[in-house]
Amino acid sequence: MSEYWNDIFGGTKSLLVGLGITAREFFKPVVTEQYPWEVPVMMPRFRGHIELVKNGETGRPNCIVCGMCMRNCPSGCITLTGKKPEGEKKKVLTKYELDFTKCSLCGSCIEGCNFNAIQFSKDYNLASTRKEDYIFDLLKRLEEQS
Amino acid sequence: MTAPIICREDEVFVLNLGPQHPATHGVLRVKLTMDGEYVVKAEPVLGYIHRMHEKMAEDRTFAQFMPNTARMDYLHALAYNHGYVLAVERAAGIEVPERAEYIRVITVELNRLTSHLLWWSAFLLDLGGFSPLLYAFDDREQILDLLERVTGSRLTYCYFRFGGVYNDIDDDFITGTRNFIKRLRSRLPRFYHDLVTKNIILIKRLKDIGFVSKEQCRKYGATGPLLRGSGVQFDVRKNEPYSVYPEFDFDIPVYEEGDSMARYMVRMDEIEQSMRIIEQALDKLPDGPVRAKVPKILKPAAGDYYAAVEAARGSFGCRLVCNGGKSPYRLKLRSPTFSNLSLFGEVAEGMLLADALAFMGSLDLVIPEIDR
Ligand code: SF4
Ligand code: SF4
Repeated sequence: MSEYWNDIFGGTKSLLVGLGITAREFFKPVVTEQYPWEVPVMMPRFRGHIELVKNGETGRPNCIVCGMCMRNCPSGCITLTGKKPEGEKKKVLTKYELDFTKCSLCGSCIEGCNFNAIQFSKDYNLASTRKEDYIFDLLKRLEEQS
Repeated sequence: MTAPIICREDEVFVLNLGPQHPATHGVLRVKLTMDGEYVVKAEPVLGYIHRMHEKMAEDRTFAQFMPNTARMDYLHALAYNHGYVLAVERAAGIEVPERAEYIRVITVELNRLTSHLLWWSAFLLDLGGFSPLLYAFDDREQILDLLERVTGSRLTYCYFRFGGVYNDIDDDFITGTRNFIKRLRSRLPRFYHDLVTKNIILIKRLKDIGFVSKEQCRKYGATGPLLRGSGVQFDVRKNEPYSVYPEFDFDIPVYEEGDSMARYMVRMDEIEQSMRIIEQALDKLPDGPVRAKVPKILKPAAGDYYAAVEAARGSFGCRLVCNGGKSPYRLKLRSPTFSNLSLFGEVAEGMLLADALAFMGSLDLVIPEIDR
């Protein structure tokens, strides 16, 4: 019998403690971010999908088409081609495609690149119902950015 | 409380728990043979998200496997990073700078806190309490922000490298971590213990439910809070110290009872111990480089190497067999939850369904890690 009363007493106490905490928190300021009215600011090290880096002087991509990023990628997300225009010594990037459906944002490509030619973008608003939308043409993206 | 059940062959029925069920947190199927509300037999069926991580390791270089490690136990990804880099570092004989070891410990312990906080919220959600989740996520979010600042990601970290870590931590991270620990310490008594641990409904749901004996733990190879909740003091961080853990003063919480409440208490105490480790590591943090010079393509000498770490759910082991090539010859991953789940069938026999679910929650299952 005493256990019965203990349960009732203990239960009421637990209930009151819980309600007390909830009631107090109810009047505290909101802690969640009110997206989309409030847009998050990405940290400097945030890893979005990769993007090409433009050379400040020439305005062309830094990439020299060495293919290290492609070889470093564990999932084979990167396809790139380049050609040597007549009269020039260096190769020029003609296509740089990222298959974001397979990318794990590991950064192996960026670490493998010795020419500061790729970086993480700050894009996080990626949503689509079509797979093709995630095959990014990074060269085109770079041109559009400028 | 398990009542003896007298069941008649023709009165039992099979109930499928999962593959999609809120209590299984992932795609796990448990085939339950029920007699009314009582479980007669429980058989976990695995393999719904098997991704062949071990096989994948064999056809890529050592470095290329790094991102995979984070995708097994997505709640304690850094411990898996750690286990794998330890094994490879042992194989290739790489020395890690001291600062990097400290950073590893700090981030792994922060990650352990997020894991325990998430377990806590999800467990209470299974038991039917919703608001604790919001309080715990508020705290967990602070840690994720801190870790995002240094690692760049929020869940599936790929931060460790052979011979160190990807990049250094900054002063903002250090002050942020100190402030966070102060904050969690002040919130623990009220939001965690007053609201939940002392709650009579929780005590009634957990006490004397789901008893796991030491022998059962040994039989199934259970580790982590499950083992420590059954009265065995085993923690890889103490028993086979790795990294710079021996330099910190921390305790291994052990409870003798072996019921769900004991496992709950072990994890709650571990939150405090992790905070202690982080504080000490921040105090002692040495200066210096965070990454040793390591060749881009590793070719460790042929041999058999093993490294184990204490992840949030138990001991995670990496057995690495090298044949002198660019990729592992064989990588065997020992994940704790697989063993911990194995004893579910034996223990759940004779339980009420609701208790079996509470027991399952107290095991802290992470399914991608079971299937790998
Ligand atoms: S590694 Fe750098 S320079 Fe080489 S192809 Fe890739 S992006 Fe271009
Ligand atoms: S981030 Fe990793 S997975 Fe993605 S493209 Fe680069 S190397 Fe490949």
